[in-house]
Amino acid sequence: MNFKSTIGFEVHFELKTKSKIFSPSPVTYGAEPNSEANVIDWGYPGVLPTVNKEVYRLGLMVALATHSEISMRTHFDRKNYYYPDSPKAYQITQFFEPLARNGYVEIEVNGKKKRIGIHEMHIEEDAGKNTHGTNGFSYVDLNRQGVPLLEVVSEPDIETPEEGYAYLEKLRKIVQFTGASDVKMEEGSMRVDTNISIRPAGQKELGTKVEMKNLNSFEHVRLSLAYEQKRQEQVLLSGGRIQVSTRRFDEATGKTVLERVKEGAADYRYFPEPDIAPYHIQQKWVDEIKEQLPKSAEERFNQYTNEFGITEYDANVLLATKETSDFFDQTVAAGADPQMAANWLNTQVNGYLNDQRVELADVKLTPANLAEMIKLIKDGTISSKIAKKVFAETIANGTSPKEFVEKHGLVQLSDESVLGPMVKEIVDNNPQSVEDFKNGKDRAIGFLVGQIMKQTKGQANPVVVNKLLKAELQSR
Amino acid sequence: MKITEETIKHVAELSRLEFKEDEIGGFTAQMSDIIKMAEQLSAVDTTGVPETVQIVDRDTTFREDKPEHWQDRDTMLKNVPEKANGYIKVPVIINKDDND
Repeated sequence: MNFKSTIGFEVHFELKTKSKIFSPSPVTYGAEPNSEANVIDWGYPGVLPTVNKEVYRLGLMVALATHSEISMRTHFDRKNYYYPDSPKAYQITQFFEPLARNGYVEIEVNGKKKRIGIHEMHIEEDAGKNTHGTNGFSYVDLNRQGVPLLEVVSEPDIETPEEGYAYLEKLRKIVQFTGASDVKMEEGSMRVDTNISIRPAGQKELGTKVEMKNLNSFEHVRLSLAYEQKRQEQVLLSGGRIQVSTRRFDEATGKTVLERVKEGAADYRYFPEPDIAPYHIQQKWVDEIKEQLPKSAEERFNQYTNEFGITEYDANVLLATKETSDFFDQTVAAGADPQMAANWLNTQVNGYLNDQRVELADVKLTPANLAEMIKLIKDGTISSKIAKKVFAETIANGTSPKEFVEKHGLVQLSDESVLGPMVKEIVDNNPQSVEDFKNGKDRAIGFLVGQIMKQTKGQANPVVVNKLLKAELQSR
Repeated sequence: MKITEETIKHVAELSRLEFKEDEIGGFTAQMSDIIKMAEQLSAVDTTGVPETVQIVDRDTTFREDKPEHWQDRDTMLKNVPEKANGYIKVPVIINKDDND
């Protein structure tokens, strides 16, 4: 018997704001426990939530970037549940009127393009964080309580684990390049829940859904879906029944393990949030946001490869993060040769960041400085050897390459009237090399170039030196 | 809407309330009266009228994204029965969505 799978995703993104969604408490990753939670976050009696405008703006960016229909009128709702991470005993979310609906992302698997629908996306507050001890106690940190989240719910259009993986990659890239979220799974700014059901080919109604929550990586998502697909097939083939349940992916065995069986539908008793007024989104504001929407990774990739002639590999390395891509764009805008800028960013800059274990935002290198240095290399002012020295200074201290080169007299020596006599003298002093050259040993030239470099402290232009040396040797 | 003893037990469980068996009957009658009173509203014909989710005279009031420190940790932890290293200490609870 053939089976068809239907896969769905609920992806939560932490929106990158400075303060929380319903209170002005700061949001800082890694802050001391309970140091960033005020009376609103703690759900004290009499407090009133106020809505952070930036949460809507960032949410609308993602809605626009996924071709979603924006709801011009939205309101918040209460989802009631009792748990120590939620002091109010309810979560404020958008249940009845979500921010946007009916979007899509386009994926490509094995050369085949496919549109995956987005059912809806809504904004809501995160809960606090519980750490479970082994001594019969849990420890609650309310810093995360009230951090803004955007939840994106897919349509049941995904049919294979590979499509699921591609969907997550694409959605992550889209959100990343709007700048709305850090999308770091390891820091929890992107969290993935998935569900899968299978049914015999030809059957119309969907099978029973099994959920898997809080998966650690896209690879785990793919592996757990592939495992679940097989497991459910075996259950059905042996005449069994799939239970509505939540399962967990076990990294060690690569299997999914039953966590709990669901009995009856969830009963969260949703109702409209009485403490917050409804929101009317004006088309003018949406148009403004659309205007400011940063270029997508896809647009950038096309520009890099077609307009700039950069290899696909280099383009993808630049597009690993929005920060690197933005830095590259600004370097090119400052007048740098695009291929050279890509080479420097992908090798020297990345190497430096890896060695020092820092991020691009933490170093003193600016796009203007990198562009200035590349221009100095390109017009022959400095050699690539000297450039490495200049780069080390610039990235460590933010020094202007031009000033550094001038101050330390590092300008490349290309003047033939200066280099010519020097070449003549070196050749005169090394008759053995002349002999070697005549006997066809090209290494002789290398040795002589080295001598010139030594004499000029690395400042001689190697291209000019090579040319002069060849001419000199051939004339002997 | 008919309120039965089962309804009361279900809602009590969702709200983490424990009632004695002999209290259930009284709550069922009281809750029935409350719902009946509210149901008088259904006599009004609301065909074509959008649902009212808010009765306050304002909408779309945003706060700018400016972080502010209001209360410090020590102040907030003053009302906590048990604490440890800046955390709130609670009895361990593993299953989050009991009513899922």
